[in-house]
Amino acid sequence: MSTVTTTETSPQTEVVQRGSFALTVRRLRRDTASMAALCVIFAIIVLAIAAPWVAAMTGHSPIEQFRDTGLSPAGIPVGPGAEFWFGTDQLGRDVLVRLAYGARVSLLVGVFASLIASLIAVIVGTTAGYFGGAVDLVLSRLTDLVMSVPFLLCALALVSAFGPSLTLSVAVIVFFSWAPMARVIRGQVISLRRQDFVLASRSLGAGPLSIMVVDILPNLAVPIIVYTTMQIPNSIVFEATLSFLGMGIVPPTPSWGGMLADASSNSLYLVAWWLIFVPGTALLMTTLAFNILGDGLRDALDPKSARTMRRLKRRPKAGAKP
Amino acid sequence: MAILEAKGLTVDIPTEDGTVHAVRNVSFSIRPGSLFGIAGESGSGKSVLTQAVMGLLPNADIGGEVWFEGRNLIGLPQEEMRRLRGGRIGMIFQDPLSSLHPFYTIGAQIAEVLHAHEKISPADARERVVEMLGKVGIPSPAERYDDYPHQFSGGMRQRVMIAMALILKPALIIADEPTTALDVTVQAQIVALLDAMRRDFGTTVILITHDLGLLSSVADDVMVMYAGHRLEYGRAADVFRAPAHPYTAGLLRSTPASYRPGTELAPVSGRPPSLLATPTGCIFAPRCAEALPRCSSEPPPLRRFSDDVESLCWLEDGASAARPAAAAAVAAKAIKPELVAEVEDVRLTYHVGSFFGPKRALDVLKGINLTIGRGETVGLVGESGCGKSTLARIVAGLVPATSGHVRVLGRDMSTLDARQWRDMRREVQLVFQDPFGSLNPRRRVGAIIGDPFRLHGLASGEERREKVRHLMERVGLNPEHYNRFPAEFSGGQRQRIGIARALALNPALIICDEPVSALDVSIQAQVLNLLRELQRDLGLTYLFISHDLSVVRHVCDRIAVMQGGRIVEMETAERLFADPQHDYTKTLLSASKTLPAFEEGGRRSLIETRVAS
Amino acid sequence: MIRFLTHRVGFGAGVLLVLSAFVFFLFFVAPGDPARMIAGDKATESQLQQIRKNLGVDRPIVVQYGAFMQKALSGDLGFSYRNQQPVAPIILRRIPVTLSLVLGGALLWLSIGVPIGIMSARHVGSLRDRLGQAFILIGLSFPTFVLGMMSLYLLYFLPKQAGFTLFPAGGYKALSSNPVIWAWHLALPWTTLALTMAAIYARLTRGQMLDVMGEDYIRTARAKGLTERRVVWKHGMRAALTPLVTQLGADIALLLGGVIVIEQVYGLQGVGALAVQAVANQDRPIIIGVVLLGGVFIVIANIVVDLLYVLLDPRVR
Repeated sequence: MSTVTTTETSPQTEVVQRGSFALTVRRLRRDTASMAALCVIFAIIVLAIAAPWVAAMTGHSPIEQFRDTGLSPAGIPVGPGAEFWFGTDQLGRDVLVRLAYGARVSLLVGVFASLIASLIAVIVGTTAGYFGGAVDLVLSRLTDLVMSVPFLLCALALVSAFGPSLTLSVAVIVFFSWAPMARVIRGQVISLRRQDFVLASRSLGAGPLSIMVVDILPNLAVPIIVYTTMQIPNSIVFEATLSFLGMGIVPPTPSWGGMLADASSNSLYLVAWWLIFVPGTALLMTTLAFNILGDGLRDALDPKSARTMRRLKRRPKAGAKP
Repeated sequence: MAILEAKGLTVDIPTEDGTVHAVRNVSFSIRPGSLFGIAGESGSGKSVLTQAVMGLLPNADIGGEVWFEGRNLIGLPQEEMRRLRGGRIGMIFQDPLSSLHPFYTIGAQIAEVLHAHEKISPADARERVVEMLGKVGIPSPAERYDDYPHQFSGGMRQRVMIAMALILKPALIIADEPTTALDVTVQAQIVALLDAMRRDFGTTVILITHDLGLLSSVADDVMVMYAGHRLEYGRAADVFRAPAHPYTAGLLRSTPASYRPGTELAPVSGRPPSLLATPTGCIFAPRCAEALPRCSSEPPPLRRFSDDVESLCWLEDGASAARPAAAAAVAAKAIKPELVAEVEDVRLTYHVGSFFGPKRALDVLKGINLTIGRGETVGLVGESGCGKSTLARIVAGLVPATSGHVRVLGRDMSTLDARQWRDMRREVQLVFQDPFGSLNPRRRVGAIIGDPFRLHGLASGEERREKVRHLMERVGLNPEHYNRFPAEFSGGQRQRIGIARALALNPALIICDEPVSALDVSIQAQVLNLLRELQRDLGLTYLFISHDLSVVRHVCDRIAVMQGGRIVEMETAERLFADPQHDYTKTLLSASKTLPAFEEGGRRSLIETRVAS
Repeated sequence: MIRFLTHRVGFGAGVLLVLSAFVFFLFFVAPGDPARMIAGDKATESQLQQIRKNLGVDRPIVVQYGAFMQKALSGDLGFSYRNQQPVAPIILRRIPVTLSLVLGGALLWLSIGVPIGIMSARHVGSLRDRLGQAFILIGLSFPTFVLGMMSLYLLYFLPKQAGFTLFPAGGYKALSSNPVIWAWHLALPWTTLALTMAAIYARLTRGQMLDVMGEDYIRTARAKGLTERRVVWKHGMRAALTPLVTQLGADIALLLGGVIVIEQVYGLQGVGALAVQAVANQDRPIIIGVVLLGGVFIVIANIVVDLLYVLLDPRVR
């Protein structure tokens, strides 16, 4: 309310008005954790884009096996050093180069699958929430159904039936990710639909589509942005888990989950720690960064949410002022 | 000897936008056994003050002293404060439903107070709780002990809260808007109960309310707060007879409860100030009708008058008692016989499926007949749940009736096809209660007011903008604020935006659904006067829905009283007030408070002036 | 109440029906010949025909599905392609492992997550809240298998290299033989499971408590002069409990269907590991059986949660 400056009769005192976008950016920039997360995400994007240059610079292709320089005489991978910055894997391939190419898969799958899942969630959630009745019943039951399916098991069944591929990974992730967000959107739409401004639009003669697009959708911007951001790390982990179980990206294409799976087979990582700590840390940093950003975005976009109370809370004064 | 005495109390609350100065330098003292009223509009600091004193606002910075039973409550160790709460000082809050824990029985919740402060066996505690429930008027208290809050009506819940506050016979009870969430007829019962309990137990009561009519009938002393300042303080009788501060006077004038036929309400102009800034002069100066030049530059002194009324004001003689000249006598409206809307035996039945049980039929409207003539304002009054808002939606054509006919401009709502229904939208418009919910928070005001033109393809581009600006001017908004979002406007301004939107297509009928009940008294009058002015200038027809008889009386030509889905009485406004026929109307009338007229001032003299430090 | 129960059981049966049809038809449309899988590459066409006839896969799909469901209802899930043993006992043998892992883990994640959530909510904005939030974010972000592998390396391998055994590498020892050995072997899997799950519960608890502690009835509880501990634990937690119970029911059910990743990392022969092996072997009857088992757990959990919900909230009674 502090930005309210107008008075009905007395001359106004103008205070700088900030748009909601500018305010959001300002809040986000004050949040050091979010800014750090953005930097990490930016770095990973650069790594993914620059993967061919990394390969060219080191002179190692991601699938080339350096059996002479990359493996010890006993066939044990070489640890981090001048030749291989992040060491080599069990076949003598450069972990750094594979990491860079793996970032492409993770980001691509993560972002792409999350966007499609959000789109489905928004469509299903808005339709179910706005129309209610039988439409809602069918769509909600469908959402419940998808949410009450053991998704990793079903993903395994799907992959075992059709064989692993990138497209199937994305499809599986999308199929099992849209439901929770659809449920949230539906709840929001139901409470928005009850608001008087929707009734006002209806009484002015607005049709359902106009109300959904003009009146309801703008009010969903915050949950959509926040949930999509937070869905990205979930999708990335989902993809990595599929690859880890050998059900995701087909080798020899490098992926972080696949690298970890290779390290796990024959317990190789017990003698070559970098095989888990390098891709594992990359994976953790990526998901952590997206999660922190999601939290920060929520705080910045929706300052009324209880989380931002943090700056307001203070210890009660012990003594009274005389 | 005072039971509670506050000296220079200050409450600051840190927020993201800065420090909110919720209470500034407030002093008062309360006589034992008295009923002390704190009056103020939203944001006046009246609730914050008591909650801060009770240690319920942990993040607030509190300064000053509050003496109670020989101890200063400010800075009291938490454990001692805890023992005072519930034990020596009981509290009652506004909304009894949300203030009671939904998952525990009311008996257990009251007994918990006993267990927290005394060693007592569960059987004894139960016995005392049942006895107390009986005293506050809960029928068959022993059986209802094990019921949950949702099984009680609003008034009964508030009785439970009162029992909870009284169970340890505290010296002081703080009642924070105890009747605001209740229906008018229940309000009167709760206030009577509080008053009776005060006498029975010898308890002192602090009654916090925005309702001056309520205070004038029960309070011994009052303190009027505005934006954290104590503007006026004194015996209730003296203050209400002749308010010393222009704000108190303005409040009383703008209250519909003090309406006399043939006069206009006199709104307090402007809007409450931000609590973030520290004013250089008097906090009320920008809205004050009697402001002197020095008012906005120098902090006002404290004036004490011969009858012990104190006022924080530069005026030496107190506020002027003169009512504003009645606006040019409202010419008796010539109501043409032409009917705008006609409601004929409208019924509405819902079928509700309970969670476990079979479906039940719920009759919301049981045969409503109503006519609205062109240029007329018809009021629809009733308590919550009587079906008045549902009827409004049916008349607007937004909800189909189960049976019966609604004809607007001679066309039957139920026979319209999609196209005709859309055209009908131009003829009936709504103004809503909630100024926050009725405007889309993500759209600009210009777009909101321009919606009718957009949806009906009537004007676009510069032409539409021009029309919107004209509408904004018409309802008293600054057209330059075209590009702002609703959040940047106050409640009263938002209601003006809603009115502008309703006016845009020049409808034959505007349905106002509780248009002022969410607004503060001083703002209410502004909006009511605007509605009247628009009617006069544009020849509008209103269906005006409200729970508040005094508001309806002020704007309506004819009033329909609704109870349980039926119209029990329908009469012209003045006839209804002068000679109510139906018992329910009489109950409503006797429950709604009217304020005493002020007497011409001048009998009090200034005896002391303390300059603000 | 009866109406409500039949409603829930009906939905549960629907879930199972859809689920079974989904996996069944999935394998029907999928490429691959089960007879070839059983008989191997050297089998002749007539041998394959015979196997198909024995399996019944030469019949129309709907007939196959009907026959399958008929048997499934009496507990007969068919035979494993791989070793020709009945599916139901194979799966049942795996359940104790998964049950030990999930129930022990649930106990652990509740006792970590809920207190952290409450602490975080009670001291919003303080250092404790920030630590709590950091725990939540890291826990949510840590992929289970990365955490599992890292803890195996740090807590099993490094101590072992240094010459002592802090924790075993994995494997399952029956509870009935020696509870201490059982717990010791499960310690690392429990912790791995609990740390990632605790983050979810801490976040849920924190959000719930923040909402609840702002409610009017909490103010009433304070105004009654209750101690802060009682206000938080009796009045606050009681109101925040319902969504926690809902989440717990769903999670336990989902995990009982197979804690796939953790069983894989720690070499526990539970239901999840069985599923992974079955997928690798293309052993379809086992996959169908495991998916159905997971579905049954979820349906049961849903009904239990709904009943608890009615018990917890007097308003819906």
